[in-house]
Amino acid sequence: MDVLLTIFVDPFLDMFSDPVFFMEVIVTGLLTGVMYSLVALGFVLIFKASGVFNFAQGAMVLFAALTLVGLMERGVPVWLALIITAGLMTILAVLIERLVLRPLVNQPEIILFMATIGITFFLEGFGETVWGSDIHPLDVGIPAESFEIAGMLLNEFDIYAAVIGAVMVVTLAIFFQKTAIGRALRAVADDHQAALSVGIPLKTIWIVVWSVAGFVGLVAGIMWGSKSGVQFSLSLIALKALPVLILGGFTSIPGAIVGGLIIGVGEKIAEIYWGPLVGGAIETWFAFMLALVFLLFRPQGLFGEKIIERV
Amino acid sequence: MLYREAGQFKSDYASDQAIFPIAQDRWFMAIALLVAFVVIPYTFDEYMLQAVMIPFLIFALATIGLNLLLGYCGQLSLGTGGFMAVGGYSAYKFAIAFPEMNMIVVFALSGLCAAFVGIMFGVPSLRIKGFYLAVATLAAQFFLQWLFNKVAWFYNYNSSGTITAPPREMFGYMVTGPEATAEVRYILTLSIVVVMALVAKNLVRGHIGRSWMAIRDMDIAAEIIGIRPMQTKLSAFAISSFYCGVAGALMVFTWLGSVETEAFSINESFQVLFMVIIGGLGSILGSFLGAAFITSVPILLTNLPQAFGLEMAIDLQKHFEVMIFGSLIIFFLIVEPLGFARLWQITKEKLRLWPFPY
Repeated sequence: MDVLLTIFVDPFLDMFSDPVFFMEVIVTGLLTGVMYSLVALGFVLIFKASGVFNFAQGAMVLFAALTLVGLMERGVPVWLALIITAGLMTILAVLIERLVLRPLVNQPEIILFMATIGITFFLEGFGETVWGSDIHPLDVGIPAESFEIAGMLLNEFDIYAAVIGAVMVVTLAIFFQKTAIGRALRAVADDHQAALSVGIPLKTIWIVVWSVAGFVGLVAGIMWGSKSGVQFSLSLIALKALPVLILGGFTSIPGAIVGGLIIGVGEKIAEIYWGPLVGGAIETWFAFMLALVFLLFRPQGLFGEKIIERV
Repeated sequence: MLYREAGQFKSDYASDQAIFPIAQDRWFMAIALLVAFVVIPYTFDEYMLQAVMIPFLIFALATIGLNLLLGYCGQLSLGTGGFMAVGGYSAYKFAIAFPEMNMIVVFALSGLCAAFVGIMFGVPSLRIKGFYLAVATLAAQFFLQWLFNKVAWFYNYNSSGTITAPPREMFGYMVTGPEATAEVRYILTLSIVVVMALVAKNLVRGHIGRSWMAIRDMDIAAEIIGIRPMQTKLSAFAISSFYCGVAGALMVFTWLGSVETEAFSINESFQVLFMVIIGGLGSILGSFLGAAFITSVPILLTNLPQAFGLEMAIDLQKHFEVMIFGSLIIFFLIVEPLGFARLWQITKEKLRLWPFPY
């Protein structure tokens, strides 16, 4: 009986006895969730446009951040470093399209998935060969002062991250809904062959979408890098984006955001109120377990399209 | 000329269904086994046995395990490291709790534990597939690694958090622990791997293997011809995890001696996945070839630059290794998705006609 009490009752009592702290946990979770969403966005973009589940998004985040920080350490000003890195991500997109995607057209999606695991390893190895494997501090001039609202201790940096995340989602939404390229992207996502037959160049579209995913990765890399330093573990953090996707659905941009927030808040609450019961550090797997349980009941995610199987 | 089966007639069903129907193949296998069991222990020094041959065999076993799941049943799992950890830790607990127990029994029991865990994490495969399943199995990887790290019962409450293989003997020889010689460990590992590989080879050409392949090729069609998806998928998860579990147990007992949970990290899962892809999806022989290749790349990278008089920093070497693995995966997926096993098959077909191909 005591065991049940400590599991099912005490954590909730803790929450109610100190509501300010509880709110602080939730807000911290939300802000971490924004960071997950930033990474997850890149996955969704590529999956929507090409049906490829891009495992390498995490490596792209790491690679972009490493390149940026490497350039800045060699005395390149921030704006120039940003432009060069963005350029490099575009070149990377072209190379991936040319060398990996085009030869694998029409292969089963699981083969493409494994190919992106190959890209992941290549990018990690390449980035670290060029820029070294130390932890690089990254400072692009985002203020990081702590301040208090209503008794909650918050960091300015997290607020900026949330704002940047929101701006990016709005920009992407406008880009997808209002521009010609965005319309082409949606057409390709709907039906490759129909898009081709109305004259949408598939190759260009893929390059565009991989570049955009690269830019999103760059932004995510800047935010994560400023928060915890640019290091190898960034690509592991990016793995957390996978349960976010499962929760939100692979094809939905709002889903990526909502999924990220749920995972962020969920794992913070679990860690703080239930973690001590089992020895802590449950953040490493909580998100995955949540996703696994979720999959059993709703495989298509919160906002994803229903999976229908036809023979 | 060397490899021509003309004149080898099959006069009964038994010879028609033999694993190696061609006499030359049987000779080749016999010679390979002779070399592996007799020549290698006598000629290789301790370093070669301990640091090259034993890890190769253990990874080959894990690769067969993943290959049964991914190559034959088509279910992608990234939790291999976690299942190996289950094998390693449960073997440790069994060996400590029952000191008199035969090591073979210990390994078998640890495999069964891994199989049980595998079934539990395989349940989602009934509803989801492809990369959804891959993410679900990542949960296994992270959860199991955390479990063995945090719950002190698994490493008998020792302060370092590592598990150390206790010394045990079989047939009068020390097989584990610090006093066991590399030769004895090698022979033990080799025997287990050979027997289990043979079992796997027979499994995949029998009823179970054929239903796995039916599920892999088209699950709906398989269901319609009367294959039960639940039993089939879960049996693939169970048997695959059994192999991975035994590989994990061997890793603790005959290779590393003492391990932490870090030894079963997600990198191990990826490494085994690479062995499967490079060796050949859906091939037992390919599992050995892939394991041999992936375990030999780091050794080559250590020795090659030195042979040319170049110095290479260790971390640079590591990065190069990762880069090479990544590029090779892409290369093989594009050029030869069936990996080394297919190349080997092509060579054999060429060899049948050699030297007069017309």
